[in-house]
Amino acid sequence: MRFRLKTWSVSHARLMRRFYILFEQLLFSLFPLWRLIGFKRIGPLITSVEKNIKKFLFDCQMCGHCVLDKTGMSCPMNCPKQLQNGPCGGVRIDSMCEVDGSMRCVWVEAWRGLSLLGTTADPDHINPPVDHLLQGRSSWLSIAFHQNPPRPQK
Amino acid sequence: MYFYDEPIPGAPLPILPGHVSNGRFERVLRAGKFAVTTELAPPDSVDRNEVYRRARVFDGYVDAINVTDGSGANCHMSSLAVSALLTRVGYSPILQVSCRDRNRIAIQGDLLGGATLGVSNVLCLTGDGVDAGDHPEAKPVFDLDSVSLLGTVKIMRERSSFLSGRQLDSAPRFFIGASANPFVPPYDYRPLRLKKKIDAGAEFIQSQYCFDIDRLVTYMNQVRDLGLDKRCFILVGVGPLASARSAGWIRDHVPGVVIPDAIVSRLLSAKDQRREGIKICVEMIQQIREIEGVAGVHVMAYRQEESVAEIIKTSGVLEDRVPWHPQCDQLAAGPWLAEEENECN
Repeated sequence: MRFRLKTWSVSHARLMRRFYILFEQLLFSLFPLWRLIGFKRIGPLITSVEKNIKKFLFDCQMCGHCVLDKTGMSCPMNCPKQLQNGPCGGVRIDSMCEVDGSMRCVWVEAWRGLSLLGTTADPDHINPPVDHLLQGRSSWLSIAFHQNPPRPQK
Repeated sequence: MYFYDEPIPGAPLPILPGHVSNGRFERVLRAGKFAVTTELAPPDSVDRNEVYRRARVFDGYVDAINVTDGSGANCHMSSLAVSALLTRVGYSPILQVSCRDRNRIAIQGDLLGGATLGVSNVLCLTGDGVDAGDHPEAKPVFDLDSVSLLGTVKIMRERSSFLSGRQLDSAPRFFIGASANPFVPPYDYRPLRLKKKIDAGAEFIQSQYCFDIDRLVTYMNQVRDLGLDKRCFILVGVGPLASARSAGWIRDHVPGVVIPDAIVSRLLSAKDQRREGIKICVEMIQQIREIEGVAGVHVMAYRQEESVAEIIKTSGVLEDRVPWHPQCDQLAAGPWLAEEENECN
């Protein structure tokens, strides 16, 4: 039950990616508007919209450096080991997660999503270690900025 | 066996052109020999003699000894300490580093420490989840994953810096290894995952236990098609099963180990199950050796360490080669003695 929607999103990876990219482009095209309103004011709103939509569809953890389009719309932050670069060697023979036997391995799902997208060469891409400073920040905004959001001031 | 350019038997070797480390393990592999590695379980004590006792059973049969890092998420003496002890008698330890227990700050510190204490090989692992071990309530760290850990070791070696970019005064000269498990899903992803690890920095690979030769053959075909066997040394994991009961236990409790029913029933029908387990292991090694692109075997014999020598001897994979044997090699007349004059050969 818990994972049904997440699984659905991977099964419809093509649609989801189109939706995802559309949303990004929308945000980007509205860039002048955001500037007018002021990023400080609009930032929390966009973050909250992103959080709710992505939580609903992908069980998003708001890591702040979204790689969904490179992982077949299966979020690697849901891996109990938060592996960014493919499945560990502990995957069960029935494709379930080593740690949580009730959940399919997120990387098995990623492989399925990538196959649906026809981009199985993508696993070549190496994701860098997670930047924990970005936790809770909006990936969409950072992509819209075409750079990482400013790091918190000390 | 020691090398012609070995300053003192067991001491770090000069780095040859095209090599990356001071270790004898890299020398053996790059010389095109069929390498044998094994695994040492660090003790639950403060007894260094126990460490040496556990290593001694492998003398003259293995090219390197993996030192496990909290294997199965159980607490034991640290891999770093045991590896450092082993270097003191000339063994080639492979320092296993798992991402489960330490973040990037601790790991990089340990890597510098390990290299300083004479460790030449490192195996980068993700690590089993904490739920598998004796402290399931512990916090799982997984700050890095095995691929970014490989990248980190490579950055430290090649760029002489930390992951942050801050410069090191001298770089650790590690021969970098990674694990692979061709025996669990998603099967078609596994060769690509291997490629990713090689791209990130892996120079040798040690696989999970192989009990399914057909699966391995399929995997190696894919690996060769990608040209990966030319870019790294692949050592396939094997090991003796003590009994059908222990095979069942491993199946249920050790993540990632796949034991086909055929193996279990073969054990069940045997008169002496322990002997049959050893026989299966020897047969497995002999079959693995015939597969193109395999550079060696990694014999894991937890609680059956004393059978490793017999398994390797019976399999015949070493041919006439005698790997590091501290008793013979250190007692030999002089460091510049030619190999054939060594009484242990």
